[in-house]
Amino acid sequence: MDRRATFSNLWLAGALVAPQILLVIVFFYWPTVQALYWAFSTQPPFGGTNQWVGWQNFQQIFSDAVYWNSVQVSIVFAILSTALSIGMALLLALMIDRQLAGHKAYRFVYFWPYAIAAPAVGLAFRFIFAPDAGFVSAINQLAPNLWNPALKGWDAMLLIVIANSWKMMAYNFIFFLAALQSIPRGLIEAAAMDGSGVLRRARDIQIPLLAPTLFFLLVINITESFVDSFGIVDITTGGGPARATDLMVFKIYSDGFKGLDYSMAAAQSIVLMFLVIGLTFVQFRYIEKRVHYA
Amino acid sequence: MRDAGMIERAPLLNAVTHLLMIAGLLVAAFPIYVVFIASTHDLPTVNRVPMPLWPGDHLVQNYATVWNKSDFGAKMINSLIVALGVTIGKITLAALTAFSIVFFRYRARMLIFWAIFITLMLPLEVRIVPTYAVAADVAEPLRWLVWLFGFELGIAPINLLNTYTGLILPLVATATGTFLYRQFFLTIPDTLVEAARMDGAGPLRFFWEHLIPLSRNNMAALATIMFVYAWNQYLWPLLITTDARMATATMQLQKIVPGPLFGQPPVWNEAMAATLLVMMPPLLVVIFMQGAFVRGLVATDK
Amino acid sequence: MAEIAIRNVEKSYGKTAVLHGVDLQIANGEFLVILGPSGCGKSTLLRMIAGLEGITQGEIAIDGRVVNALEPRERGCAMVFQNYALYPHMTVAENIGYALKVAGLPKAERDRRVAEIAQIVGLEAFLARRPSELSGGQRQRVAMGRAMIREPKVFLFDEPLSNLDAKLRVQMRLEIRRLHQRLQATSVFVTHDQIEAMSLADRIVVMNQGRIEQAGPPRLLYAEPATRFVAAFLGAPAMNLLPATMIAKNRARMTDGTEISLDPERFAAEIGQAVEIGIRPEDVMIVWPGSEGAHQVEVEFTEDMGSSRLIHTRLGATEFTVLQPTAQIEAEGALHITLPEDAIHLFDAGTGRRLAGKATLIGLRASAAA
Repeated sequence: MDRRATFSNLWLAGALVAPQILLVIVFFYWPTVQALYWAFSTQPPFGGTNQWVGWQNFQQIFSDAVYWNSVQVSIVFAILSTALSIGMALLLALMIDRQLAGHKAYRFVYFWPYAIAAPAVGLAFRFIFAPDAGFVSAINQLAPNLWNPALKGWDAMLLIVIANSWKMMAYNFIFFLAALQSIPRGLIEAAAMDGSGVLRRARDIQIPLLAPTLFFLLVINITESFVDSFGIVDITTGGGPARATDLMVFKIYSDGFKGLDYSMAAAQSIVLMFLVIGLTFVQFRYIEKRVHYA
Repeated sequence: MRDAGMIERAPLLNAVTHLLMIAGLLVAAFPIYVVFIASTHDLPTVNRVPMPLWPGDHLVQNYATVWNKSDFGAKMINSLIVALGVTIGKITLAALTAFSIVFFRYRARMLIFWAIFITLMLPLEVRIVPTYAVAADVAEPLRWLVWLFGFELGIAPINLLNTYTGLILPLVATATGTFLYRQFFLTIPDTLVEAARMDGAGPLRFFWEHLIPLSRNNMAALATIMFVYAWNQYLWPLLITTDARMATATMQLQKIVPGPLFGQPPVWNEAMAATLLVMMPPLLVVIFMQGAFVRGLVATDK
Repeated sequence: MAEIAIRNVEKSYGKTAVLHGVDLQIANGEFLVILGPSGCGKSTLLRMIAGLEGITQGEIAIDGRVVNALEPRERGCAMVFQNYALYPHMTVAENIGYALKVAGLPKAERDRRVAEIAQIVGLEAFLARRPSELSGGQRQRVAMGRAMIREPKVFLFDEPLSNLDAKLRVQMRLEIRRLHQRLQATSVFVTHDQIEAMSLADRIVVMNQGRIEQAGPPRLLYAEPATRFVAAFLGAPAMNLLPATMIAKNRARMTDGTEISLDPERFAAEIGQAVEIGIRPEDVMIVWPGSEGAHQVEVEFTEDMGSSRLIHTRLGATEFTVLQPTAQIEAEGALHITLPEDAIHLFDAGTGRRLAGKATLIGLRASAAA
């Protein structure tokens, strides 16, 4: 879409975009280039300028079992929390969309978790799921240490999955509900006239028409679980026990700022960056696809 | 009203729907409720398993302790400054950039749009280490930029660690906001621009007197999601503030609990009081600006 | 095949009432058109028959069985929606066959029936396409096919032609009529387009503000509109309505002071009563100046419509149109007209009701059961 009526004061046009362009260069592109440089170089042990080492850093991380562990943990985390949050959100959105009495009040509360900061979510769930306080540890009265995220890797994983899903459920719910409400009422009515009941309509009409939204949310949720999970992990499990929740993003942070190994952290950042870029491209493909039914 | 109008006899299904909605309500609200309840008990009560579900009488005491012990008031004010700074900054930059690339005719405008849009693929978390280095000396990339244009300038190092500028500036560039504003500006009919020019309005006047008032809804939607986003920032403030006076409320949560999950358990009643304090401001924004918040989220779904 | 009885049906949303007590009998195999302006409650009434809206008061019976509490699928009605409401993710074949699939028919049987229907609506070549790949007329046919395949007792049409361009609309109108002749199923068709109503209906029900104004065969409604509203709504160009006062049993005086004679057999009005005199533009006679009973009107402009010519004039302060079947007279300045007594309609100025006398123009009154 090109406008007929446009202003032509180039100095002004430049001045208007300059602040943001400057910020983008300084805080996005520069650090990205820097990360690339660090990823392909190492700092000598006694200071001085970095030395170009080619793929050596990458070879090192890819041959490191600890790194592969964090990849595996990230994937498990992504799959579990995406499935859980999308499943719950879809179910709730379908229920709310039936517009039975009180649905507005319920809907209102379902938004809330998305407003809450990841570390606050983490801390709240850390308390609820604490091994020696809160609620879930009540099952330890049946047998000691039946539930103990401080000792058992899977318990810790479950803890961060639930915390993350709780937050993302609200986000997914908002999108599913918006998508459901954009389905023309006539389609639902036509299906009802065709003899289709509530559940059948959900299966045959609503869920198929939600497919683009579902796809979009899958990509967003996986991306978020890769990059945005730091706050939850940092305050609940700290990557433990025994690296059972050592997500990629958390490992970058601990290698970079605790281990002060910038080159290793940078190489891992580049890998994560390519994952995110790949997912974003998938998402762009989805935008093209979405016009399909329009 | 969708099914409300339609005759539908599904008592069993309706009952199940209500049950599921109530279950959803519990799932969504229970953790928040627990945080509140835990923040009203004394330590022995809060450590009982399971914890009682009714409020205790230590509310004032717990909040006073947290507030004083970690100077929470100052932290909340820091958070507020950062959140408002980021929100206002994002809206301003998004509107200005979109105005330039939609209403001015020059070759580089698509290039600029894409340069900003691509930052979506570079979240803070993946460029965290070098961004930290930039914050430690912003002059470094500037020196390079100047050098690219053929000059050599000895700019003194500019350190943004432990400053509001450092907390705010790196978060201000906004691909989603720019995109949202661009989409909105594209819906403004050419005839409006022409009419304004006939009335003798220059670009800045047109921007200020026509576009800004027209984009009020847009602005509210963007402001709510950006405020929530900025208040909830955790990793970035954690990195660049070492001075306790510059700490934000959200990152303060880490200081309140001892190391994650292992070793000695946190003082739960105080920790939960702090958690609730951190939760409240963005939650209130969502509660009071529900419509704008939802619109903002859905609209930025590219 | 079914008859529908609508007994004192009311509908309100909260405090807003949209239907105030509607009574209507629809005979077996009848093609009934509900006609009215937007917001008159016609679509609501149709949707209540379908079960898509609840009934606030009164009852609806199909084939003698009260259906108030029945779900849409239990009523045996099929509906063609205004914007077709085709399932965008299904092919034409899947759209048409969906009802059979829900009913659990085996695939072979379904395919056979879909092919049959596709042939009737002329869509054999498009069965594998999606709705987005079809033209407006083809989508309309899919919607019809989808309604037909269930062999419903009642067809409901909710302004199904309003999204089509003028030419296609005429064509689809004929096809719907042809289809009805073939299937002989009871049909209720809602529209705001009076030409559509006139050409399709066995019987028209004119609705206004949640009430039935008049029900009857198109010819009767046109010839003897029961209210001023029906008179003005049916017929294009619209009927002229001239305010007047009765000065004798058989005479009325119009606002410009001219008088007009009326047939006292046809009208029952009191002396001094405020009335409105209605005359259709095509019934006005153009006469030479000085003819007996001639009224003078001032010509404002004319619209040439090819076969005929529409002359816009003023009679006193009132707008007045004259339809001239052939373009004989160059109308400029003043024109002299008479209003033939047997073409005049008379309405009460206050209630808007027709002031009917003993005699009727055509003997249709008896069949006009409302």
